[in-house]
Amino acid sequence: MTPTGYFLEHLWLIPLFPLVTAGLMLLIGRRVPNIGVSVLCVGSVGLSFIYALGAVTQLLAAEPEHRVAQQILFEWLTPGPIHAAGHTVRFVADWGYLLDPLSCVMVLVVTGVGFLIHVYSIGYMGHEGGYYRFFGYMNLFMFAMLTLVLANNMLLMFVGWEGVGLCSYLLIGFYFLKKSAADAGKKAFIVNRIGDAGFILGILWVAVTFGTIRFTTQGLSDAAASSSGIRQALEAAASSGTLAMLAPTMTAIALLLFVGAAGKSAQIPLYVWLPDAMEGPTPVSALIHAATMVTAGVYMVVRMNAIYQLSPFAMDVVAVIGAVTAIFAASMALVQCDIKKVLAYSTISQLGYMFLALGVGAFSAGIFHLMTHAFFKALLFLGAGSVIHAMSGEQDVQKMGGLWNKIPITSRTFAIATLAISGIFPFAGFFSKDEILGGAFDRFLGMWIVGFITAGITAFYMSRLFFVTFIGYSRADDHVVKHIHESPYTMTGPLMILAVLSVIGGWIGWPGSLGGENRFERFLEPIVAGILPETEAVKIAHHARLTEYTLMGASLLIACLGIWLAYEFYCSKRIAPEIIAAKFPPLYKLLFHKYYVDEIYDAAIVNRVKDLGTGLGVFDAKVIDGLGVDGAGWLARFSSTLSMWWDKWIIDGLLNLGAKVTQLTSYPIRLLQTGAFSSYALLILFGLVVLLGYYGHHIQVLLRGGR
Amino acid sequence: MLSIEHYLFLGLALFVIGVIGVITRRNVIVVLMSIELILNAVNINLVAFSRLYGDVAGQVFALFIIADAAAEAAVGLGIIIAFFRNRETLLEDEMDLLKW
Repeated sequence: MTPTGYFLEHLWLIPLFPLVTAGLMLLIGRRVPNIGVSVLCVGSVGLSFIYALGAVTQLLAAEPEHRVAQQILFEWLTPGPIHAAGHTVRFVADWGYLLDPLSCVMVLVVTGVGFLIHVYSIGYMGHEGGYYRFFGYMNLFMFAMLTLVLANNMLLMFVGWEGVGLCSYLLIGFYFLKKSAADAGKKAFIVNRIGDAGFILGILWVAVTFGTIRFTTQGLSDAAASSSGIRQALEAAASSGTLAMLAPTMTAIALLLFVGAAGKSAQIPLYVWLPDAMEGPTPVSALIHAATMVTAGVYMVVRMNAIYQLSPFAMDVVAVIGAVTAIFAASMALVQCDIKKVLAYSTISQLGYMFLALGVGAFSAGIFHLMTHAFFKALLFLGAGSVIHAMSGEQDVQKMGGLWNKIPITSRTFAIATLAISGIFPFAGFFSKDEILGGAFDRFLGMWIVGFITAGITAFYMSRLFFVTFIGYSRADDHVVKHIHESPYTMTGPLMILAVLSVIGGWIGWPGSLGGENRFERFLEPIVAGILPETEAVKIAHHARLTEYTLMGASLLIACLGIWLAYEFYCSKRIAPEIIAAKFPPLYKLLFHKYYVDEIYDAAIVNRVKDLGTGLGVFDAKVIDGLGVDGAGWLARFSSTLSMWWDKWIIDGLLNLGAKVTQLTSYPIRLLQTGAFSSYALLILFGLVVLLGYYGHHIQVLLRGGR
Repeated sequence: MLSIEHYLFLGLALFVIGVIGVITRRNVIVVLMSIELILNAVNINLVAFSRLYGDVAGQVFALFIIADAAAEAAVGLGIIIAFFRNRETLLEDEMDLLKW
């Protein structure tokens, strides 16, 4: 039976609520008091959360194989018939929403964590200017992100994809008067453009290969399902035996899509924007650059998993990039001193973990880690924001310390999140990380080793961050110390809720070997099922109990080892980190300068592009302006000089000649006008005499006749 | 008995004196007075002919001319005063601004 219900019929309202308030804020927000902004913007996200919760509940009422609800609002783009896959098909891009187990997870994470971060922002942004602007952008982001995860086709997903990129840019550059923030926003936007170019090429290739960009036709009524979905097209190809011919195309599409995913999810080589994105306000880092937007790449790859599973090569690329990113970013996080930068590299590393999971075929494990990561990383970022709030804006952990009892709620929730990300049982991170490592172990031992070492490094640098920030004596200035205070309830409330989620959030994926049934994996199973029966092998095989226990024990052990090492370094100080750093100066310098990647990019790409721009600028100035514009200007000036000469000497000359002649001939007459009225009177008299002389006899006649 | 010729002669004499005064005198006040003489010469002629033909229209005209002369004198003297304030002169050969 297909799932139905009020909330499923009103799926389209979920993204609409934040869009409406975003529009309100950006149009008339300046005139709305802060309290109104808070109620409207946080309320709309809360409403979205309620609707999402309702929709998911109603979807869960159906049997697992029917848990798909699809709703097409209208046909958005209808470019007419196109030639694809050997037929002429009617291509259409809908404006439609799809709710299946995968988007269920995403929509709950986005609205749930998003709502908590919105609540937190009330406290965090309360004293900042542009309150309405902040919430307007945040709501716009929620709309775009929900469009991304609920879209029923690739193009609409791309709309959301670009929307979140735009909001990311706007929010990173929220303090746009600060040059570094404005630059960071630009960097994020431009680096993402590179990825998006790959993504849109992938979409176009999908469109011409399958003649459709709809993910699936499941959950649609027959009339609306006239054009097929990608999954159906692949199944048709599999049954007609043409799938093998498509294999190279699948690889190309999968790689292009992965370029997009790597840009959005900050994977090598496009990760450089994420550390800089920490210039934005901390809630933004938590919402966009930890919990939701950066995971869009992971979501997209899982959404297109049918294509990926047909291309082992693309899967290997995803896995390798993910693994390398994970360990590479983790090593950079070791030596950072900015609390948010550590978390940023940690995010890149964890995203690499997720891609590692996808690459080895453990799609549900990747999404599982995405979810638990959203909980504990949002918590870490919000906790970091609370610390920064308490420390009067200080972000350097070297100037912190001894905060454990001064800001008790923040420090304790931060500790929980640290344990969760380190993968300590029974916190959320343990289960998801364990599944990923299990999947990697099945596929390729090297992947597992990289993930295993990364887990140790993660535990180490997170504990280092925790110990340096909260334990020991305070290294802050006196006036900062005097000012340390716990944050208001609007901030600590979300921290506590996220802390609970960081503990219990992993329990829905409690593995079979520990007496659970891993509901999460079973829930996602219909989505990640491959097209071909043999791709079933990609799924996580349930290995022997003993192997599983060994793997769990090993990852627990290395996490504890990392924490213990950090304790020795930064808490008990039995080992001085400076000595270790001094022993390997080149390595330390390499890590400290983040492998000089930014510098290499600057030298190899950015400056070359700038040089090209400068060169074109010179060409513009010399050739276009010099020859073209200035030449035309010179011609115009020259011709106008000619015409001016003609005007002055010929036209005006003729006029002046006429005037001169008149003047000369009038000269004698002018002499009569003396200005002295006696001479005029004399002239009048003279005239009278002349008149009398002329008419004299007439007057005589007149007089005589009168008499 | 005074005939019309006597009156006409008187008028003619007054007129000539006035014209000579307007043309030859330098002081504008005297010029103005000479103009009054001319006007009165006309008046005498009008009254003489009026009496000769027994038609009062000429006398009515003479009265009009007297009123007109009074107005003209007022305006003329006003102009002269304004001019004197500016130029501190009453000599008409120095009042030659109105020329090319």
